[in-house]
Amino acid sequence: MRVNLTVNGEPRQADDVWPGESLLYVLRERLGLPGSKNACEQGECGSCTVYLDDTPVCACLVAAGQAEGRAVRTVEGLATEEDLDPVQQAFVEAGAVQCGFCTPGLIVATHDLVRRNAKPTDPEIREALAGNLCRCTGYEKILDAVRLAAARREEAR
Amino acid sequence: MEFLRPASWPEALSLKAENPEAVPIAGGTDLMVELNFDKRRPPAILDLGRITELTEWSEVDGVVWLGAAVPYQRIITELADRLPGLAMAARTVGSPQIRNRGTVGGNLGSASPAGDAHPPLLAADAVVEVASVRGARTIPVSEFFLGVKRAALAEDELIRAVRQPVADGPQQFSKVGTRNAMVIAVCSFALALHPARGTVGTGIGSAAPTPRRAPAAEALLAGELDWQQPKPLPEGLVIRFGELVAAAAAPIDDVRGSAAYRRHALAVLARRTLAWTWQDYRSGRWSRCA
Ligand SMILES: Cc1cc2nc3c(=O)[nH]c(=O)nc-3n(C[C@H](O)[C@H](O)[C@H](O)COP(=O)(O)OP(=O)(O)OC[C@H]3O[C@@H](n4cnc5c(N)ncnc54)[C@H](O)[C@@H]3O)c2cc1C
Ligand code: FES
Ligand code: FES
Repeated sequence: MRVNLTVNGEPRQADDVWPGESLLYVLRERLGLPGSKNACEQGECGSCTVYLDDTPVCACLVAAGQAEGRAVRTVEGLATEEDLDPVQQAFVEAGAVQCGFCTPGLIVATHDLVRRNAKPTDPEIREALAGNLCRCTGYEKILDAVRLAAARREEAR
Repeated sequence: MEFLRPASWPEALSLKAENPEAVPIAGGTDLMVELNFDKRRPPAILDLGRITELTEWSEVDGVVWLGAAVPYQRIITELADRLPGLAMAARTVGSPQIRNRGTVGGNLGSASPAGDAHPPLLAADAVVEVASVRGARTIPVSEFFLGVKRAALAEDELIRAVRQPVADGPQQFSKVGTRNAMVIAVCSFALALHPARGTVGTGIGSAAPTPRRAPAAEALLAGELDWQQPKPLPEGLVIRFGELVAAAAAPIDDVRGSAAYRRHALAVLARRTLAWTWQDYRSGRWSRCA
């Protein structure tokens, strides 16, 4: 089947989509957007997190057909041509990126948290990121990055 | 495989009648895992995502009508005052990503003994509204689960909504898991006090082939609690309540916990939730308009 959707602001079309296929597969394999990572395909690791109509979801758990006519924003859609998104910048500066596999999902989850909550407490950060696994960092640097991103956003207001 | 995309509820019902093998998909948080891992290859998928009625809720005459496809996140933000037990359970489901998609209709559809929505629905006397081209009917949640992952749905039926009275007293949900977030329950327990009727509702999760109530424990409290002059709870009553809740369970040993541990933990959850709800009732804090 064919699926029409808007990805990072542009209308896109995927053909020959198998009806049981996930949105993650469509993004990575059909539309050439490998930012969202495929690790578990069962909603456990969060590395495939994308915005679907402005709500963060696991792309591996959305059937491609369910995204018909809807808007998807992936990690590729956060930075501009010139600049990283402030959340991405904070991850780089805080040393929250090691192998980087979990990073795209964490960036999207953090992006959503800091726009909803200007001053997240540590328990709020932990709750917001509970669905994202990292095998490398031990999470401390990630927490630093989220605090930094939130603080910068607060300053910029 | 076909991907069926009804635009309205009547169309969904006729597609389901024509394709009884078609598997509905709401949030997809259970179904997509099965598809991704080749555990299921249905001839058709029936996408409920375009049926707006299913993502709405309303309150009429003190009863909340909750569309089957309202995601957990909205139950938490929009319904915590009316359906506190369900909202508390919703807060413990998966991660934000899962709560943004997962639905009560999907939880019921999967009919897992560990479904977190089930105990609070049982405790609050909720009914499930189902429909087919043959017509609509309601099933009390206590009669909805027939066995492990088996529900009382005919093959042409879809879940439309759950109906549940607005909380008339304090409610609680408590869950034991191996960590704080992102866990399936080792066991869980929900309690709802109904002061207007002088009764109490219970729901046990993950400790029997189906979610179930603890009728003897409910009867004990209904007979003993003094609603007019609520005094501190006698310790013996609290202990007895815990024992009766544990006795109502039929747990198994599995990777997540032993049967003996589950019984023990249920008694603890029962005692705690009773203490919390009764304290709230005595202090008058539960009242919506207070
Ligand atoms: C990482 C992860 C963590 C999870 N954590 C929890 C947890 O903590 N607690 C918990 O209870 N669950 C948990 N789940 C399971 C799942 O999120 C819930 O069961 C959720 O309620 C399913 O809802 P859904 O809309 O996503 O269901 P779907 O996957 O869309 O559907 C589930 C089943 O219900 C059927 N169905 C859906 N809607 C209808 C309808 N209207 N009528 C008839 N049948 C229908 C489908 O055909 C399917 O068989 C978790 C899942 C994942 C992937
Ligand atoms: S790949 Fe989707 S959550 Fe792990
Ligand atoms: S940086 Fe390697 S998984 Fe997180």
